[in-house]
Parts: sequence; C-alpha cells; structure tokens
Amino acid sequence: MKTILATLLLASSLLTGVAFAKTDISIGMQQEPTSLDPTADATASIETMMTGNVYEQLTAVQEDGSVAASLAREWTISDDGLTYVFKLRDGVKFHDGSPLSAETVKFSLDRAMAKDSANPSKSIFEPIESVTVVDPVTVEMKLKRKDAFFLFNLASGKASIMSPAAIATNADKPIGSGPYRFASWTRGDRLTLEKNPDHRDATGVQVERVTFRFMSDPAAATAALMAEEIDAFPGFPAPELLPQFQSDPRFSVNVGTTEGEVILAFNNSRKPFTDIRVRQALSYAIDRKAIIDGAMYGLATPIGSFYPPHHRAYVDLTGTYPTDVDKAKALLAEAGVAEGTELSLRVPPFPYATRSAEIIQSQFAKAGIQVKIENVEWGFWLDEIYKKLNYDMTIIAHTSPNDLGNFARDASYFYGYDNAEYHQLWDRIQTETDTAHRDELSREAQKFLAREAVHGFLFQLPALNVVRKELTGFRMSSPVQAQPLSALRWQASN
Amino acid sequence: MTRFFLRRSAGFVATLFGVSFVVFWVMNVVPGDPALVILGIDSTPEAQEALRRLLGLDQPFALRYLAWLAGMLVGDFGTSYAFRVPVADLIVERLPLTLSLAMTGMTVTIVLALGLGVLAAANHNRPVDWSVMLVSQVGIAVPAFWLSILLVIIFAVHLRWLPPGGFPGWSDPLGAARALVLPTIALAAVQSAVLARVVRASLLEVARLDFVRTARASGLARSRILWLHMLPNALVPIVTIVGMQFANVLTGTIVIENVFSLPGLGRLVFQAISNRDLPLVQALVVLFATIVVVMNFLVDIAYGVIDPKLRPAA
Amino acid sequence: MRPKRPVSLVIGAALVGLVVAAALVSLVWTPHDYEAIDVAQRFLPPSAEHWLGTDQFGRDVVSQLMAGARSSVAIAFVAVLLGGVVGSLMGLVAASAGGLVEDAVMRLTDFSLAFPALLFAIMLGALFGPSFANAVVAIAFISVPVFARVVRGAALQVRSQDYVLAARAGARTPAHILWDHVVPNVLPAITVLATIEFAIAILVEAALSYLGLGVQPPTPSWGRMLAQAQTLLYLAPQLAIYPGLCIMIAVLGFNMLGDGLRDAADPRLTEGR
Repeated sequence: MKTILATLLLASSLLTGVAFAKTDISIGMQQEPTSLDPTADATASIETMMTGNVYEQLTAVQEDGSVAASLAREWTISDDGLTYVFKLRDGVKFHDGSPLSAETVKFSLDRAMAKDSANPSKSIFEPIESVTVVDPVTVEMKLKRKDAFFLFNLASGKASIMSPAAIATNADKPIGSGPYRFASWTRGDRLTLEKNPDHRDATGVQVERVTFRFMSDPAAATAALMAEEIDAFPGFPAPELLPQFQSDPRFSVNVGTTEGEVILAFNNSRKPFTDIRVRQALSYAIDRKAIIDGAMYGLATPIGSFYPPHHRAYVDLTGTYPTDVDKAKALLAEAGVAEGTELSLRVPPFPYATRSAEIIQSQFAKAGIQVKIENVEWGFWLDEIYKKLNYDMTIIAHTSPNDLGNFARDASYFYGYDNAEYHQLWDRIQTETDTAHRDELSREAQKFLAREAVHGFLFQLPALNVVRKELTGFRMSSPVQAQPLSALRWQASN
Repeated sequence: MTRFFLRRSAGFVATLFGVSFVVFWVMNVVPGDPALVILGIDSTPEAQEALRRLLGLDQPFALRYLAWLAGMLVGDFGTSYAFRVPVADLIVERLPLTLSLAMTGMTVTIVLALGLGVLAAANHNRPVDWSVMLVSQVGIAVPAFWLSILLVIIFAVHLRWLPPGGFPGWSDPLGAARALVLPTIALAAVQSAVLARVVRASLLEVARLDFVRTARASGLARSRILWLHMLPNALVPIVTIVGMQFANVLTGTIVIENVFSLPGLGRLVFQAISNRDLPLVQALVVLFATIVVVMNFLVDIAYGVIDPKLRPAA
Repeated sequence: MRPKRPVSLVIGAALVGLVVAAALVSLVWTPHDYEAIDVAQRFLPPSAEHWLGTDQFGRDVVSQLMAGARSSVAIAFVAVLLGGVVGSLMGLVAASAGGLVEDAVMRLTDFSLAFPALLFAIMLGALFGPSFANAVVAIAFISVPVFARVVRGAALQVRSQDYVLAARAGARTPAHILWDHVVPNVLPAITVLATIEFAIAILVEAALSYLGLGVQPPTPSWGRMLAQAQTLLYLAPQLAIYPGLCIMIAVLGFNMLGDGLRDAADPRLTEGR
C-alpha cells in the first residue's frame, strides 16, 4: 500500500512538473499608477506594465539598448537624415477589433505633437515636421533637424500607437495591439493582463495570464515573495533585504543596470554654487563609497559624471575629485565660503535620496559645511525645487536615457546651469547620426561636466530584481522602463 | 426637539461648508502643480499648460470653488485629476474596505471594553481591577502605528501566521479576512483601553444607586445584576464615548491603512494629497468630516433616547 | 481606589521625570555623538560601548533616543503652551461674553474638532514644508478646541457660584471678576488638562515625525526613528522597538501624572476615567 501511494505521489509530481507547466505569473510592483495611459501620465510603472505588452510602438528597444522593429516592419532613412519611411506590419488589429493602418499611426503621432497635447514627453516629438500617409501600410515622417535618438524615442510608451476609438478610456481600460490585453484592475491591489491570442507572435507566448501586484511596503513584498504569492519583483525597493533572497535557493537575485544617474544637484544659479571652486570643493567632500555602502548597502556603481556605466561610451571619471577633506576646505576658503556656512538640502521622498542625504550631511560637516536637510513631498519638490529653483541642493535620480541634454537647457531648468560651450556640444551630439562619432562626443560631454563639477555625481541607480529561478526571459536591466512579458518562460522544475 | 434638530443641522451644514472651503483653499495654495505631478519632470511647459487647461486649472479660484459646490449639490463629486475617473467611483471602490475595518475595529473595541470594564468593576479595588486599569493605561499610551509594527514583527516576520500588509481583494474572502486581523487589533487596542475605563467608571457610578442596593438585597446573582441591571443604566456615557470613538476609529484607519498598505479611503486620501488631486482630496476630507459631525449628532440624539431627562431643552 | 491615587501620581511623576531628565541631559551629554555616522559600525548588537547597539547608519541608539526625547518634549511643550493659552482665552472670552461671541467660538471649536487633525497636519506640511514650527502649530491646533471647551465649561460653573454673583452685584468690571475669581478657579482644570494634552501632543508629534512631517535630520525624533526602522523589520526589528517604548513611557507618564493631579485637585472627578 505504502509503495503504491509513493508511486502515485511520484507520478503526480512528475506530471505537475512536466505536463502542467505553470502558465500564469504574478509580478510585484512597488509603484501603482493612477492612470494606465502612458501618453497622459509619466508614472514609470505604466511603461513597465504597458509598453510592448498592451500598447505597441513603431519600434522597440532591446535589453542591450539597440532599436528593433515592432509595429513598423522596416524603415528607410534618407541620406540627409531628415526623411523616415516606415513600412507597417500587415493585419495588425487592436484589442477592440479595429485595424492598424498608416492612418492610426498618423493619428497617434499627430495627437502627441498637437499644440494642445498634454503628452508627458512632448519634446521627443518636437523634431517632427510632418507625418504623412503614403499608403495604408506606409508612413513618411519628415524631420526639422537630424535627431540621433529618433528611432529610440519612438519606442517609448509615450509614442504608443493607439486605437482612435479608445483614446478616452485608455486611462482605466487600456486598448492596444500588443501580445497581452487588459483584463482587470483592482486599484490598490492588482492589475491583470491576459494573452492576446490574435497577436502575430501569439504562438511563441507561453504565459497566459500576468498579474501585477502592487506592494509599496518592502516588508509586504518580502513576505509575498517568501510565501510564493509573487514570482518576481523587478525594482525591489530595499537593497538591505536582498541577502536573504540570495541565500534562498528558490530565487535568483540580479542587480541590473538602469539609466538612472543619482546626483547631488547644486543650484548653479545660486550663490555660492555659481563659483566652480565651491562645486569642486563639495565634490571633493563627497565619499561615494560611504554613500553607496550606507544608502544602497553597497549595491550601486559610483559615477563621476552624468552617464550610466554600462553604456559603451562611458568614461570612468570617479577619480576627478577623489575624497579629500583638506582640499575641500582649502577650496571653500579660497572661494570665501566661511566655515560653518549653512546650505539647505531639500530631499524628495525616495529611499535612495533620504538615506544618501543623511550621509552627505555628515560628510559635508567634516568639510565645515552645515547641511540643513528638509525632507519634502514629491508635489512640493516639483513645485519648489524643480519649477521655482528654490533650493541650494537636492538629491535626485535622472532615469531617462540619453539625458546629457539636461545640461543644455537654459538656466530656468532646475540645475540653473547655462553654458554656451556645452550647448554647442549637445547640439552636435543630438544631430550626429554616426554612432562611433557620437560616442566620442558623449565622452567629451561627460568629461566636460565632470570638469565643471556641475553637480555632485553619486551613483548609478541599480535595478534590483528578485525572480524565481524557474522563470526565464525576465529583463534584468532597463535601458527603457519596459518589461516585455512575451519573452517569459517557466522552465519545468525538477 | 425639532428646534434642537434644526439648530444642530444648520450647525453641521455650516461646519461642512467651512471644512470644504478651507480644504479647497489650502490645496490651492499648497506648493505643487497637479499637471507637473502627472506629467513628470521630462514634460515640456507647453504640455503642462495644455493639461492645466484640460483640468480646468486655468479658471479662477472662486469660480472653481463655486463650480465644485454646485456639483456637490447635485451629487457630482467631480473627476479625479490623476485617475481621470469620477471621484464617486473611486470612493465607492474603496469604501467597503475602510468601513469593514472600522466596523471590525469598533466591534472588537466594544466587546473587549465591556468585558474588561465589567471585570474590573465587578472586582472593584482588587488586584484584577488594578491590572485592568494598568493594562488600559498602557493601552492608551501605545501609538497605534507602533503597535502595528510590533504586531507585524511578531505575527508576520517571526511567526509568519499573518501577512504583514497588503490586501488580496474580496474575491479571496479568507485572504481578505487574514489581511484585516492585525489592522483590526491595532485599531481596537487603544480605543478599547479608553472605553474599558469608561465602562468601569460608569458601572461604579451606577453601583451607588438605590435600585442596585435593592437588587442586591433581594438576593439576585451578582453577574445578573451587573449585566441586566447596572449595565443598561450605565449606558449613557458609554454610548457617548462609543460614538466619538467611531469617528476616531474611522480617522484612525488613515494611519493604519498606510502602515498595512491597505487600499482603503485612508490610503487614497494620502495619495490624493501627494498627487495634488484636488477634487479627490476635497471629497474625501468632506466625507471624513461629515462622518465625524454626524456621529456627534447621533450621540446627542442617543442621549435623548436612552435617557429622556437628558433631552436638550434648547 | 484610594490607595491607587498617590501611586498614579508617583509613577507618572517618575516616568515624566525620566523623560524630561533624558531630554535635559542630552543637551550637555550623550554617550556618543548622536549625529556621528559610521556605516561600518551599523546594526551592532547591544554592548558596553553601545548600550542598545547602533542603527542603520552606525549611530548610537541610546544617544539618539535621548536626543529624541528632547524633540518630543520641546515640541509638545511649546504646542501645549500655545494651544493652552489660545484655547483658554477663547474659553474665558466665550464664557464671559456669552451671546453671539460664545456661539461663534463654539462653532469654531466644532469646526476644528470636525476637521481630521492628521489631515490638517499633512496639509500644513505640504503647505510650508516640514519643520519644528509646523509640528507645533498642527499640534496646538488640535488642543485649542479642547482647552476652549473645558475652560468655558469650568468658567460657566464658577460664574454661577454665589461669590461671583456677589462680585458682579458689587459692580466690579468683568475683567476684574474674570481675573480675581474665575481664573484662579479654572486653573486646576487647565493644569490637569494641560498634562493630558501633553501626552496627546507627544503621541501626535510621534505620528507626524513618523510621517516625515516633524523635525528634520540630523535632529533625532522617535517617530522618524520608527519610520526608518519599519523598512528594516527583517534585519533589525529591535530598532523599531526602542523608540516606540520611549513614546509609550512618555505618554504613560503624562497620562498618569494627569490622573494623579486630577485626583489631588478634585477627588470627586476621579471615577470619571
């Protein structure tokens, strides 16, 4: 009897392992969006859940940062770099049944470019002169100027191609053309997507049902992972909790990269930061290793300029201002900044920022600078710091790709930095379509910013991922915020 | 009674009007532009301007307030800036959780407080009484959010009996119930400590009255006297405090829902404030204030029902 | 309950004394520098060097708790003083003026009691950014209506007593009557209430700094220590226990002191709570 039972058990466990491979997956998300329309709201988690899954774009960005075809099957670029002709895929249907055509592409882009458009990334459409329908599957775009990032930018969720009939309801019932369609959303709890059987790649999509669970609290996220309620948590919010997952055989823990540069921003339009010696002095006062250890539990890569380290054009400039308190003091004295001068540090409510702030405060104290920390709300930060430049210093991560252009905005941008030489440099980068040459210019820009010590450059924000070992195809690094679900596979466990 | 009723009604309409105006005004002068919060730091000023127009934020303050008031009168709470759906839908969606939490919290409070209060009163001036008083004194002193954290450490982190937070939704009744256990305890602990003291004190007050002595003299069982004769007569102060506590428990859910990441109205109001989602903040604060005012009103009425002598003359 | 009265007063006074002493001593001495960050020394267990160990930045927990007592006591003190003065004045004015003024004051207290205090504090924080002053104003705002109501009640009671009626007949000015007869007689009520409100103020301050709306780093506060420890529950649960215990001790102390004082002032009121 015992042996029969044992055999049965063995057989059933084999069966579940092989024949009934799991076809659903549950993913933890820290941030819940308020709307599901990426063309109307900048919340990053909208891109993570929707881009490439529910909504599709003309192009798609691969994990290595290269641009691939998506709704556009192929494209040609004129020699002057100003005319793009896109050939669309045939027979694509939106989830509401309406067909994709050159007209819908034109509609979507015209809408994003329009004068009254409230698209969160309107600037990516700024180079477009016109969008023309050539035939039902061909779209021609004319640009005002060369744009090296044009194809990359078209992959953004903000450039999603949408069904014209669904525009008004995309905020809570998203309709796209992607491999997954929206099933349900219980606000405050979960969002469910299901496989779109009509999608062109449907046969290759293994996971039938994806549930995103919203968990802002790291303790709840940990418990849910441990209890096997969720299978993966991209962007895990608490680096200090990773060791217990690393020692657990059920999980693989991956520290991936993001495009996020965390900076100690100086208000360059305000004294004493108008003086480069002060900016350099404070850069000397920063001990990146201590900040990374203290705030990120060692899980971040230091940066010496404004560029992500995983990028091929990255130059390591962390040695430009090695930690040197004496030098910092000397430079401050030279610039006429008295010992004990008080500077404000207004910190937005993100753990990487609030934790770094307290460490920077103690580091600057050694150099004779009193830092007055003020932890503020995000809405307050956007208004007072970002819009009104009412601050001395702040800590923020810039997560957009290709954002060297931030320094080429004028002094009304919250950096308060305006440098004609850099403006020219950025213009050249932006219009340079030759990759090798553009990389060279990007290196030059990084060195320029480090030399100028525009900000205190701290570290690259890591992408901390906790994923079940049997789950493959999970994107660990994020050149863009998207997390394509169609690549996910459950490996039969044994 | 009618006059009293009218007077109080006028009073609370005025109070609600005041609350709504203050909230509207504060949310208007608070630094933070809803359009910027929604569109993020990569947006262009042009797009922000377009969104402000879309949300009606380009209208003058007074006009927007009047429009909001007019909407309220016909039951239209407006549309959330951030969610882009009617505010009423969002509230209806979240109300069940907050109400369930408040109800379970209140039920546990009453049961626990009656038990402890009666126990203490029955053992007046004996060690049992003193221990109950001491425990309740400590209970009053414990911050609800700290108690929540302690409960999480014990029952979620160490014993792993219950989830540390989050809510699986009503479609999973067992999971939903489990998710509400710790928040309920955290909510009820402080309130039952307060109420237990009141129960005890009013029972002791009643104990001095003649009919209790008569009942005792006639040889009725102690517990029978306590529950059937004394308790009903001690109800006035108890009901008063319970009424006030219901309001406390309801606003208490604001903190508890945030500690336990429960998707109720309390979480929603936090989110709405940080999103500068004026229509949503407005509706929620007015809703909370209404409940507080109505509870106070009901307490006054209850006085009259329980003890006609206390019926207000004015 | 006779034997308990002095007990309550003694225990309350002892706990309050402990908290206030810790706050005062921290002004001149703490075992370690409470701001000194040393990441290599973080999450140390209790030892002779660090009696309660160190926190997530390697700071000494005991020193932090002592300095935290300072924030709590200072904010609570200023807030209760402010709320007590404003509220008592409102109560006295309402009681002596009567009529429309009294009505207006009472409606005002209705209004502020109806406004969820926590939401008010959050909005205040959003309005001006977090600071010591905002925490004080928010807490004072909560205690004003309570003081106003209690003092008005007490003043009305005193006013109807014979000696005040006699003084009024003697045509003294209302201000004189208020000062000579009413104020001394409502003072005990105010003292007792202030002690209780002190306990509430400490709780509210803790809640505010827990939400990030209290004093700002590096000045330690119990509420913020608790908030920061909350994400570390799996790693260092003890860090979430100490600050909560401190809050509890302080609140317990002031509550018991208040009870004891009330009994001393008017034994008849004892059974009320």
